[in-house]
Amino acid sequence: MNLTLKVWKQKNKNEKGHFETYQVKDISSEMSFLEMFDVLNEQLVAEGKEPIAFDHDCREGICGMCSMHINGRAHGPWHHTTTCQLHMREYKNGDTIVVEPWRANSFPVIKDLVVDRTSFDRIIEAGGYISVNTGNAVDANALPIEKQKADEAFAAAACIGCGACVAACPNASAMLFVSAKVSHLALLPQGDPERKTRAVNMIQQMDKEGFGSCTNIGACEAECPKGISLENIARLNREYIGAVFSGSGEGA
Amino acid sequence: MNWKNAFSTSIGKKLQMSLTGLFLIIFLIVHCYINAQIFYNDGGVRFTEAAHFMGTNFVIRTIELGLFAFLILHSVQGLLLWAKNRARRNTRYAVNAGNSTSKWYSRSMALLGTLVLLFLVLHLSKFWGPNRLSQTTGNGELDLYTMMRDEFQVTWVVIVYILGCIALGWHLLHGFYSAFQTLGLGTHRYKGIIKGIGVAFSIIVPVIFALMPVSFYMGWVS
Amino acid sequence: MTLNSKIPAGPLESKWKNYKSTCKLVNPANKRHLDVIVIGTGLAGASAAASLGEMGYKVKTFCFQDSPRRAHSIAAQGGINAAKNYQNDGDSTYRLFYDTIKGGDYRAREGNVYRLAEVSANIIDQCVAQGVPFAREYGGLLSNRSFGGVQVQRTFYAAGQTGQQLLIGAYQALERQVALGNVTQYSRHEMQELVMIDGKARGIIARNLVTGELERFFGHAVLLCSGGYGNVFYLSTNAMGSNVTAAWKAHKKGAYFGNPCFTQIHPTCIPVSGDHQSKLTLMSESLRNDGRIWVPKKQGDSRKANDIPEEERDYYLERRYPAFGNLVPRDVASRAAKERCDAGYGVGASKQAVYLDYSSAIERYGKTEANKQGIENPDARTIRELGEGVVKEKYGNLFEMYEKITGEDPYKVPMRIYPAVHYTMGGLWVDYELQTNIPGLYALGEANFSDHGANRLGASALMQGLADGYFVVPYTLGNNLADDIRTKAIPTDHPAFEAAEKEVSDRINRLMNIKGKESVESFHKRLGKIMWNKCGMARNAQGLKEAIEEIKALRKEFWSNVFIPGDIKEFNPELDKAGRVADFLELGELMCLDALNRNESCGGHFREEYQTEDGEALRQDDQYMYVSAWEYKGDSQYEMHKEALDYEVVHPTQRSYK
Repeated sequence: MNLTLKVWKQKNKNEKGHFETYQVKDISSEMSFLEMFDVLNEQLVAEGKEPIAFDHDCREGICGMCSMHINGRAHGPWHHTTTCQLHMREYKNGDTIVVEPWRANSFPVIKDLVVDRTSFDRIIEAGGYISVNTGNAVDANALPIEKQKADEAFAAAACIGCGACVAACPNASAMLFVSAKVSHLALLPQGDPERKTRAVNMIQQMDKEGFGSCTNIGACEAECPKGISLENIARLNREYIGAVFSGSGEGA
Repeated sequence: MNWKNAFSTSIGKKLQMSLTGLFLIIFLIVHCYINAQIFYNDGGVRFTEAAHFMGTNFVIRTIELGLFAFLILHSVQGLLLWAKNRARRNTRYAVNAGNSTSKWYSRSMALLGTLVLLFLVLHLSKFWGPNRLSQTTGNGELDLYTMMRDEFQVTWVVIVYILGCIALGWHLLHGFYSAFQTLGLGTHRYKGIIKGIGVAFSIIVPVIFALMPVSFYMGWVS
Repeated sequence: MTLNSKIPAGPLESKWKNYKSTCKLVNPANKRHLDVIVIGTGLAGASAAASLGEMGYKVKTFCFQDSPRRAHSIAAQGGINAAKNYQNDGDSTYRLFYDTIKGGDYRAREGNVYRLAEVSANIIDQCVAQGVPFAREYGGLLSNRSFGGVQVQRTFYAAGQTGQQLLIGAYQALERQVALGNVTQYSRHEMQELVMIDGKARGIIARNLVTGELERFFGHAVLLCSGGYGNVFYLSTNAMGSNVTAAWKAHKKGAYFGNPCFTQIHPTCIPVSGDHQSKLTLMSESLRNDGRIWVPKKQGDSRKANDIPEEERDYYLERRYPAFGNLVPRDVASRAAKERCDAGYGVGASKQAVYLDYSSAIERYGKTEANKQGIENPDARTIRELGEGVVKEKYGNLFEMYEKITGEDPYKVPMRIYPAVHYTMGGLWVDYELQTNIPGLYALGEANFSDHGANRLGASALMQGLADGYFVVPYTLGNNLADDIRTKAIPTDHPAFEAAEKEVSDRINRLMNIKGKESVESFHKRLGKIMWNKCGMARNAQGLKEAIEEIKALRKEFWSNVFIPGDIKEFNPELDKAGRVADFLELGELMCLDALNRNESCGGHFREEYQTEDGEALRQDDQYMYVSAWEYKGDSQYEMHKEALDYEVVHPTQRSYK
């Protein structure tokens, strides 16, 4: 199939970007969306032009590196799917596809479709862990955990940190990301001692990074490639309220 | 975390919205109950009795102050949040997901809220304002029932009231659920119930409100 | 130079204990003055950096991705082994050790492997304490599954995302140290050169991939945790960015490369669908627990899978290996698939695939489930539905992934699978302390050659990466750094840094100035084809000799005709890739040399000239019971050093899974 692509080009963080239009030919429906971009880039290199920069690594939907906003949708139109797992079966000959980077002030564009997501690292640094040094652990089975709790914790921990929630949120809020980590750790007894300070500190860091606030719109959940539920945001809110009442989380 | 910090983070501000919103929801129930007295069609006897109680009881009048404070807080904070959130994305998308990932009314709370607020200004200037003015200037309470009957003969007023109620309905459709979600109750166990009640509430209450001008206009109540 | 593996004396089971009790220590006040550089932030790198940070060392981590959490350990699906014996099925440290040695076809060191088995249990404890949500039983205790090459259930897992959960655990521990100021994290940075001062590794030159600037970093020690080199084959299950550059630069500075030809081909991957293919996707080995692998009994049978009746299907693994059946080790399963396809029994459009069939598992589970639910005489449809439900719970995410990629519903039609390059057992040569022959330079995880011999068992890579990072290097590093406490941090304007940086910038300038016609990608693809055809699942002397010549020619062509757009001082992924492919073009040759040298078949290294009558790998223990450690001597010049493998406890036999 032949397609028209309108892709965001931006030289670096400081320069202004613009859309550029490209034609790609003979795209097979078996290709992944990124393989279609490989074809385009090879074509550009052959013409002596600079290819389009885009983030990608594992190409099996788990590393969270790929990050394209495709025709208005974070990671494209498929449900529970990252861009690298989106396949060209979705499109038909003659389609026009508009591809933009994640857009949020907290995710500045590095080049073209590549954005800087180090703000997510800093949110984790603020408390997204259990403080246990290597060697301190008791036997793994000394701590039975209700299966349902463990499963819920796993579902929250499935977050790949891709930032689709921020990209999709009209407020550019990172609440789904923060809530997934807070939930993962709050649901487990190991995470209990730090649960309140964790929620408060991570939220304060999220605010500091310049993400928007959550207004319960739900676009994040709809676009999350890993199906992280809004229920996690409810849990984060509960954790936060708990911290307010107990006065925990003196942190910054 | 001190109390000031507790309410100034992004969740803290959401809590302000949620708590004031819930208070306004409770107010709506009371207001709706009082006004629904007109449907007894008793020439406004029961309605005037209730209105007299609401307008003169000390406790109610005190709560009324709180109501205004919360209303202002809810409006101002809401608009500030909207402006701030909008500024979190300086370069906007060329193509948006639109309704495929979220509901239009969830994304338009500030707009719907502003419409409700504008409607409120009109509404207050027609009934509450003159009445309290008359009370404070020593002229006693006005006959609200008669005022209503007269106002709601005017076609444009009735239309504006209906539109106001529609805006309120959409605002509540998101707001009701959202208030509980912010309080952390949107779990798989309660989410369905809350959403169900929310939908019912956002239809029933605005419909009852809208029925008042319509009933007077159509002459169902006189 | 003779290779000293520094295996502690004494009986196998007390070697590590004795080492730990007698190794030298660095006191906490001194640790604060010791800089450690960690390259790569996968399981090995993140766990090492976090642990060393906790101990008080000043750590710097580097990764080419935008965050440490993206490292490719994240893609590991099936699980992690540990000798916990929670299932009471006879597991023990010794058995895990023995299975690993045997699985590796007797080409690994006993001492290292025993230590790995010993610390395996601690890993599970540590990970649970960090909040890794392993799968659990209804009683709240940890669940286990079976894996290939093993007859006990010792694999811990978190659905099909075990690697992700373990890496996130290590990443969180790492970020905690970053917050505490013990670790400084450099993302989108790629190591370009090792800096040596007085014969010791003392730092690196890294390229900031965002700005293109070269940056200098000092370290009292450098830990390479940069993963494997499977991408030399172009198509592999590795991430697009996975590369050998860090290890290769170290190799060219004198570090020996151990067993480069030992490559693991994973049997259950989604087959190639066309020329556009950029990478291959693995389907977890755990699928072989319940799935049955077959091909038609008739050559070139082009009927649809579901139209081929039961009696016309050849369940060749069950036929050839009745004891282990579909759960034979990876090398055996891969070769058997290749054998069938080469013989003309392959399926699918390309005929380069075999079926992985879940219909009998679905039926079996369906019947059990019907029993559980008290449904009497259920009809076939009910059984199917119930069975699909059970399979979905166990493998749902994998089935979903298969459907997204192929567009076929694996619940209804058997999956098509084919082997693909997955892991490299070879890597930098290290001693018992994980130190390379360059003092101060360590290699951890897949980047070293140490624990898996000629073939790695499933669920052992995660185990090794975390063992090295959490429990081995924190001891062994101290043992060596104890002698370095008087060494002050060396300023990075030292001539050695100057020289190393110049080397890097010269190389980059040279690459950019070629201004040829062909893309980097195209060279990589061509290299991959040579490697896969001649140094892949089956190798022979003739092919390897050809491959060496072809690679040399291709390398020459690359350095005269590659085209790299863009500039040096900017974000330029084509330039990043060019540097990596340039290194692969050298490594490929060494792999072929090593494969050519090793006149035997063992594990993942299958030389067609050396096989038993029924096509099994034939080792030559009398001649090749050694690790080949290659020393770089200049362009295409390598010298091999041998480290003999002495088996004190295990007696190598012909590996049999029949």
